[in-house]
Amino acid sequence: MATTTAASPQLGSQGPPGSSPVRSRRVRGARRSRLPYILLLPALVLELGVHVIPMVVGVWMSLLELTQFHIRDWSTAPFVGLENYRSTLDVDTVTGRELLHSFWVTVAYTTASVGLSWLLGASAAVFLQRPFRGRAFLRTLFLTPYALPVYAAVITWSFMYQRDTGLINHVLVDQLGVVDHRPFWLIGGNSFVAVLVVSVWRSWPFAFLCLMAGLQNVPEDLYEAAYLDGAGFWRRLQYVTLPGLRPVNQVLLLVLFLWTFNDFNTPYLLFGGSAPHQADLISIHIYESSFITWDFGVGSAMSVALLLFLLVVTAGYLVLFRRRRIDA
Amino acid sequence: MPKRLCTTVAAALLLVAGLAACGDDSDSAAQPKTLTYWASNQGSSLDADKQILQPELDKFERQTGIKVTVEVVPWSDLLNRLLAAATSGQGPDVVNIGNTWSASLQATGAFIPFDDATLATVGGKDRFVPAALASAGAAGQPPTAVPIYSLAYALYYNKQMFTAAGITSPPTTWEDLVAAGKKLTNGGKWGLAIEGANISENAHHAFTFSQQYGGEWFDPAGKPTFDTPQNVSAIKRYIDLMAVDKIANPSNAEYAQNQSVSDFANGKVGMLLWQAAGASLKAQSMAADAYGVAPVPFLQSPPAGGKRVNSMVAGINMAVFKHTKNRDAALQFVKFITSDEEQVILNKTYGSLPSVKTVSGDAAFQAPEQQALQQVLGSTAAPLPQVAQESQFETLVGTAMKELFADAASGKPITEAMVKQKLSDAQQQVRG
Repeated sequence: MATTTAASPQLGSQGPPGSSPVRSRRVRGARRSRLPYILLLPALVLELGVHVIPMVVGVWMSLLELTQFHIRDWSTAPFVGLENYRSTLDVDTVTGRELLHSFWVTVAYTTASVGLSWLLGASAAVFLQRPFRGRAFLRTLFLTPYALPVYAAVITWSFMYQRDTGLINHVLVDQLGVVDHRPFWLIGGNSFVAVLVVSVWRSWPFAFLCLMAGLQNVPEDLYEAAYLDGAGFWRRLQYVTLPGLRPVNQVLLLVLFLWTFNDFNTPYLLFGGSAPHQADLISIHIYESSFITWDFGVGSAMSVALLLFLLVVTAGYLVLFRRRRIDA
Repeated sequence: MPKRLCTTVAAALLLVAGLAACGDDSDSAAQPKTLTYWASNQGSSLDADKQILQPELDKFERQTGIKVTVEVVPWSDLLNRLLAAATSGQGPDVVNIGNTWSASLQATGAFIPFDDATLATVGGKDRFVPAALASAGAAGQPPTAVPIYSLAYALYYNKQMFTAAGITSPPTTWEDLVAAGKKLTNGGKWGLAIEGANISENAHHAFTFSQQYGGEWFDPAGKPTFDTPQNVSAIKRYIDLMAVDKIANPSNAEYAQNQSVSDFANGKVGMLLWQAAGASLKAQSMAADAYGVAPVPFLQSPPAGGKRVNSMVAGINMAVFKHTKNRDAALQFVKFITSDEEQVILNKTYGSLPSVKTVSGDAAFQAPEQQALQQVLGSTAAPLPQVAQESQFETLVGTAMKELFADAASGKPITEAMVKQKLSDAQQQVRG
């Protein structure tokens, strides 16, 4: 900002505009080059304010013993260095063990949810690739879960999952007779399946949407050529459709992974604030074990550790993809 | 070129001005004679609360010329908003807080302490129900809030189901309660409703049972003592109502959205332990004469050290932020809300009890439910541990109990060793 404004009178003082074509172009170029920065400035300020500064503050918090005794005046919070990390990541303590357990639950949850969402989304997108009667209707229908407000949707699921009065047990036990006794869904071992189902239900329409858009970009003549070469449905899927979707998949899988790993709303709303041990996802675990117990330093340490993990995974993923693309 | 410069500078100025405008919301506090008040959600909706409070705030403005702007904050946001206000030093002048947060919020130092002199300006220490005032901060320090609405736990029982089962009077001991529960449990109906997945409810019962068994959750130095034999027995006694006595529906293990109140209102279950359930029962069309209200039972033969406590002191306190620019006006407002007239009007509307002694005899609080609650509050209720780690106790122990209920519901036997293990694990996670 300061440099561009300081430069302008100097440039301007060199002569009246238009006196020399070369100079004029240079001057206009300089002027033009200033404008983008000015236009970018609001975005930059907001990015700093909304993203970067809170993140730096979060890292700083993780190095402090920031409890209710100190939140009013952070300068009084003792600097404890990496102590918060040590106490939360040490798997010999109960806190560390629980965090590790929660981490593995989340890894399993994310893997299953992203895999199933992608599979469902891809199947539906391929299924709806060719025009047929009712395609528009099905497209709209498939996108409904994505359009519903998350709060209303997950609360509805929690009612459906209730043991005595829920729809799921009514169908499974009373109507179909698949099982004799009424299983619990919101507590115990089934709670993992319950939260996974809701997660897939919520995120597969997004996969569907992206893949559907990606399919529009696969050239029709490739299919025709493959068809003429005698390739059947599976061969065309394998050699035309999937390679054509690669750029979309690269982004889609990463985004789904990050969203699902960090998903707080689904478990929080489904389990009413405290997740069962078997479905103790990391976002809610961090919330429960630090923020509602007023220990913001430890909560930040857990969050920063999570951020680092996600950064490493993301970077690894991008490097892997780039290498494969170069190889290809 | 100067024109360009002007444009650039102007753009920058506009931008900065815009940003500054975003951050400037504390102007209202600078004007004298206007208070901002965050009320907690006490009625059936945020809007209902506003309707209830507004006439009283208008009355206060007529009396004193001080305008109060109220915002009713939902419970899910209240603590976060309070913390944000405490951290930034900006926000409302007067707030409602759940009384279990008292000691934790006291530790932040964000609220003005009600020492004797300050208490005198709102009517004096002796005005308040002692148990209610004891729940407004750690012992030995001036409280940083005063109680405004008080609540206690009671045993609600379905009169018609009791008669049908041949039970003549409400149980006064846990042994009686189990016997009554067994008589009530048959044909899809159950003896006792339990909100097993609600961690706050669990923790409240953990407190009461522990008191009766002579246990404490924190020692005088504030260190957690979760896994003492007394606490293990206390928790096991409560879980056993489902696991061994089988007077509670195993489905109760997943209840966290007040389904137990609905079950009681719908006649699916004969007994309910709840705080001031009357208003909710009325909302679910259960007539006031269809149920009786009795004190929560005690142990038949309490062990050594067992206390005669059958409820926590539940309720709402009012606090004043230190950052207020209108300290006197804020205290005047606290005095107004704790005045006899307002205590009767507001507590009557909310179905809670007044926190001042002077109006306990008012006709508004003579219904059987209010009398029973008042009796408990006046004699056998004790405040939850007033320590800064109280919220950790609620979360950790409440969650451990939720898991024990889940085990009990799936038919797993609940042993003392299991309970002790859970409580030890919970204790090791306490920090601070």
